[in-house]
Amino acid sequence: MLEVHGLHKSFLLPDRTRMPVLEISELVVPAGEQAVLIGESGCGKTTLLHCIAGITAADAGSIKIDGIEITRLSESGRDRVRASKIGYVFQTFNLLAGFTALENVRLGMTFASGAKDRQRAVAMLERVGLGDRLHHKPSALSVGQQQRVAVARALVNRPKLLLADEPTANVDPANQQKIIDLIRECCDENRIALLMVTHSMHVAEQFERVIRLEEINHAVRDVLLESAE
Amino acid sequence: MNLITIAFRNMQQRGLASALTMISMALGVALVVVVLSISWIIKESFDRNSNVGYHLIVGAKGGALQLALNTVFYLSQPIEVIPYEEYLEFLPGDDGRPNEIKRVGGWIAEPERKGIFSSYTRGGFAIPVCLGDYVGRFRVVATKPEFFEKLRYGKAADQEYRFESGRNFQVYSPEHGYFEAVVGSRVAREMGISVGDTVKTTHGDPEGEGHGQPFTVVGVLAPTGTPNDRAVFINLEGFYLIDGHARAFEDEAHPDAEKVYVEPELPPGQPPPLPLEKRDLTAVLVKAGQPMFAVHMARPINKRLRTQAVSPVKEVTNMLEMFVDPVRNALLAVTIVVCLVSAVSILVSIYNSMNERRRDIAVMRALGARRDVVLMIVLLESMLIAFSGGALGWVAGHGLAALASPLVEQRTGIQIGFLSSITWVELTLVPGIVILATIAGIVPALAAYRTDVSRHLT
Ligand SMILES: Nc1ncnc2c1ncn2[C@@H]1O[C@H](COP(=O)(O)OP(=O)(O)OP(=O)(O)O)[C@@H](O)[C@H]1O
Ligand SMILES: [Mg+2]
Repeated sequence: MLEVHGLHKSFLLPDRTRMPVLEISELVVPAGEQAVLIGESGCGKTTLLHCIAGITAADAGSIKIDGIEITRLSESGRDRVRASKIGYVFQTFNLLAGFTALENVRLGMTFASGAKDRQRAVAMLERVGLGDRLHHKPSALSVGQQQRVAVARALVNRPKLLLADEPTANVDPANQQKIIDLIRECCDENRIALLMVTHSMHVAEQFERVIRLEEINHAVRDVLLESAE
Repeated sequence: MNLITIAFRNMQQRGLASALTMISMALGVALVVVVLSISWIIKESFDRNSNVGYHLIVGAKGGALQLALNTVFYLSQPIEVIPYEEYLEFLPGDDGRPNEIKRVGGWIAEPERKGIFSSYTRGGFAIPVCLGDYVGRFRVVATKPEFFEKLRYGKAADQEYRFESGRNFQVYSPEHGYFEAVVGSRVAREMGISVGDTVKTTHGDPEGEGHGQPFTVVGVLAPTGTPNDRAVFINLEGFYLIDGHARAFEDEAHPDAEKVYVEPELPPGQPPPLPLEKRDLTAVLVKAGQPMFAVHMARPINKRLRTQAVSPVKEVTNMLEMFVDPVRNALLAVTIVVCLVSAVSILVSIYNSMNERRRDIAVMRALGARRDVVLMIVLLESMLIAFSGGALGWVAGHGLAALASPLVEQRTGIQIGFLSSITWVELTLVPGIVILATIAGIVPALAAYRTDVSRHLT
């Protein structure tokens, strides 16, 4: 489902030097597999997810989503792949404050090419247990509920790949597990590949596959070596 | 959800700012609509009256505009007079002049000759008017009954004068002699005058010295929307018999060699009218037999010692161009600036909100929205604000005009319905403002377009 080969990503610093952030020779997440991505702060986890989602263009290498080589696509081509094949859950949920729960979920369908029926959005919210909160604005929802809306929004297009960037970092411990369970169940039900970033060892332990970014990211290893010298 | 709904939600989210921008836009548009309506009313009232139903005003040499303003609109200061003999030259047909001389009587040269311009006016008419007196604050027009029989009014000069009550005045009637009057609809309403009442005229201006002779009102005109609603019409013969209206310095009254005395041919019992040599006029309203004749007549009239010919249509159009149009254009310029300012305020309002929205835009991009889609959403938002503001202002402007309609109708006789004053300028207004806002919206829309997604996602 997700195949990354020889990915290079660097940032141009204000002093015009390039800072390499990602140098990954291989990362594969097959369809239906659920994996966590762990690593120290600043090691490039978010940047990797952005590259995979096509939000940021990679410098070099190959990223295949459901067989589509997105590094060769134009920006709008990547937007289209993201809209239809990728769901994204953020650490700060990123619900739009002016829109109700239902509207936030429907917003997830607006930019994809598929069917845009309201009923599916309602069903998705019911699936995450918010059938009675359809018309609440985010400010009228609890933190846990907000993240569940975000999960519903990410999954409503039945993506092939769900990217989650620390989805429980802002949620209280009691809700953390519920969110994790919800995400994993939904992915299971639809054979969605999951790549989830987390800082919580407790969360990481629940996954059969744990990817340590430091181990596959040569850029970071080099930086670490440099700083060790 | 479609993009318009999204744009609408964004607008809602910034409720106050959007509302204020919209209101400023609405005020601008309402202002334009009101200005256009007013200029429409002015133009309309001039239009209605510029087609006065005659071709020329013949009056004393002097200001042409003043002559037209006096005669058509009963405005401006009283003007110089011309002798009654000048009027006689315009009476249509070979026997027009001799007949009038026989009717009035007095000292006159060549009483049997036809009028110089009589062939031009064959099939048309010449109507004398004397201005200068007042009833209350309303101007008095001393004229002949033909005024209401032959003149027409309205845009196409095809409407006949009608009497709401009573009848036209007569040159001489057994009950009232020479002293009958007809009042315009507004005079009747404002002064509470009805048929059977008498009016007394004052000389020169509303506060002038009063004349002793009363006139009996025999008719009230139906409203016409012309200045005639604001005038009192008295019989010319009666006017001449009022003290002080006969020519004071009878320099021409001394019969010189050429002049002969003609005895007036009066029905039994009718007192003699003021003789010819003592009569003066303010103007003669001339309708030529053919429009072309009017053009040909003007030169010889102007060559005469005392008279000039003025085309009321031309004078009124000139005045519109000289005075009304520039004012309207200035107002329009001001209102265009107002619209520009409100377009800029849309720009500023949305642009200011861009910082708070960067995250929303980034989220939409992360959900798969292309750059041009988020650009479109912002553009749509500014179009929505402009459209609602524009439509609101348009409705408000016309509502205001419709509210003022009774007042305007009372004053000018012009009815403004909700939509009657729409001009093509106006039809471009709302689309124009939407286009303006779209252009203004490009600035924040481009900012949305350029939003760095990864930087604003956490
Ligand atoms: N736009 C940018 N320009 C320059 N450097 C950047 C930019 N974005 C990220 N970086 C740098 O790239 C590195 C990786 O950042 P990234 O956000 O991917 O880390 P992360 O692993 O997600 O960290 P965290 O666990 O704290 O979220 C960091 O050193 C960061 O400073
Ligand atoms: Mg991160």
